Amino acid sequence: MTRKLTSIRRPKLQIRSNAIKAWLFLLPSLIGVAVFVLVPFLDTLRRAFMDAMATRFVGLANYFTIFASSSFKLAGLNTLKFIGICIPMLLIISLVLSLLLNELREKNAYFKTIFLFPMAVPIASIVLLWRVMFHQQGILSQVVLAFGGQPKDWMNSSAAFAVLVFSYLWKNVGYDTILWMSGLSGLNPSMYEAAQIDGAGKIKQFFFITLPNLMPTFFTITVISLLNSFKVFREAYLISGDYPHESIFMLQHLFNNWFAALDVEKMCAGASVLAALIFLVILVLKRSWEKEV
Amino acid sequence: MPTSIKNKLIVLLLLPGALIVIIPMWLVITGMFMDAAEAAQHFAPVLSSTSGWADWPVFPQYPTLEPLVSLLLDTPAFFVMFWNTVKIVVPVLVGQVAVGAPAAWALARYKFRGRQALYLLYIALMLMPFQVTMVPSYLTINRLGMMNTHWSIILPGIFSTFPVFIMVRFFGSIPEDTLESAALDGAGSIRVFFYIGLPLGAPGILSAVVLGFIEYWNTIEQPLIFLKDKSLWPLSLWLPSAGLETLGISLVASVIMLTPAILIFLFGQRYLEQGIHTAGLKE
Repeated sequence: MTRKLTSIRRPKLQIRSNAIKAWLFLLPSLIGVAVFVLVPFLDTLRRAFMDAMATRFVGLANYFTIFASSSFKLAGLNTLKFIGICIPMLLIISLVLSLLLNELREKNAYFKTIFLFPMAVPIASIVLLWRVMFHQQGILSQVVLAFGGQPKDWMNSSAAFAVLVFSYLWKNVGYDTILWMSGLSGLNPSMYEAAQIDGAGKIKQFFFITLPNLMPTFFTITVISLLNSFKVFREAYLISGDYPHESIFMLQHLFNNWFAALDVEKMCAGASVLAALIFLVILVLKRSWEKEV
Repeated sequence: MPTSIKNKLIVLLLLPGALIVIIPMWLVITGMFMDAAEAAQHFAPVLSSTSGWADWPVFPQYPTLEPLVSLLLDTPAFFVMFWNTVKIVVPVLVGQVAVGAPAAWALARYKFRGRQALYLLYIALMLMPFQVTMVPSYLTINRLGMMNTHWSIILPGIFSTFPVFIMVRFFGSIPEDTLESAALDGAGSIRVFFYIGLPLGAPGILSAVVLGFIEYWNTIEQPLIFLKDKSLWPLSLWLPSAGLETLGISLVASVIMLTPAILIFLFGQRYLEQGIHTAGLKE
């Protein structure tokens, strides 16, 4: 609010000189982002409409090719399924944890640190443990056997997907929890006092005060969780290599394989489909975020 | 319900989750005291497809520092990889702050046409997986003559938009009054940025550094594509390729790789916990 008022009071000239200053602050970043991120990205979009050598315009042909390809459908659906399952799970589990930890007040410090730990653990350090855990003759198989189940090679069965979901949650729950907690700590206690006077119970308070006021936090956490959901490829790659079980064959595996086979045009078409989806998600999130605040 | 009983119930609820975190950490860390023979005995079914069950001892039967010694004394390759990782991570982090902090400052504290759009573009670019721009990036790196050098990872890393995203939120939470009183005292834009923005936004900068460290300490995709020479590889690529013959030292190497990450994380934890609730560009 105050910022809006002052900007009205400021003369036009100052606003313009402020804009110039802003662009100067941004300049080093803009140049680098343009060279190393934006231009390559635009080039990807351009190549999606060209042949493999990027010499001839082929229209939508590449898109027809990839949408007819079963591996693109498999990888795309797996990626969507992974994101669709993991992000809601992660958001809900971490929100519940943050509410529980908040109730504990000062005594929560140990738990916060413990839950955050996996984020710092390098994937390479736990690859061996993960292998021993999920191998056909590994620990999980023995546990399952003890309960009367069938041992199997978990990473080479449809269970691989669940293993990947588990690794993702294991790694990211802690960080999302502290993000929720910092969102919760920003809520104004007087709102709750007023609600209590009006006779609203704890549950009502949660749905009508806590949740709506957490919307900006929700935006941040969703964006960060989405970012991290693409990184689970590292786990999948380090444990299962270039050709994992089909249930965890993600778009990144496919892109890597296309790259290795020099199928540049398919790769770029696939990449632009993914990019379009990411843009769409951001716009939808931004909408919900602006409406609520 | 009295608070003490409620607290005990909550602790009971949280405990299984905490164990799921602690147990793997315990196993990895105690693994460094296992000698190669014992490790081979435990992991052979997984690593060389012999019959029987693999397991991971809760504590090594014959704890020894021998693998640590042999890693430090007889494995020059390890040091090369370790330094490769350091040589990538440190310049990336320094560059990210030098370039990203002013950019985040502009996005958080200045009003100008196109700010919202630029901010959303930065978020979108940050979300693109590496593979989306892999082909053009490859060509760019090639044209700039950086192929097969650490610069191929460092320079794109410096211009990642992720640290900007993190820092915008922290810079945005500095109260407007503080800046205005500084401006009234006659401080110019640069001075305000250096003497007020940077100190008050320090938790945000440190958050970005900690998250950036974790990211580049684990870098996988870029070195795989851009570094053909294996002597340039970072630890994150070398470790997972360890087989039965290097088992003893790879267990120690895992812990050595883990240690800096844990230290940085313990140092930075309180910064990660601060202030992200301010909604960046909203006012």
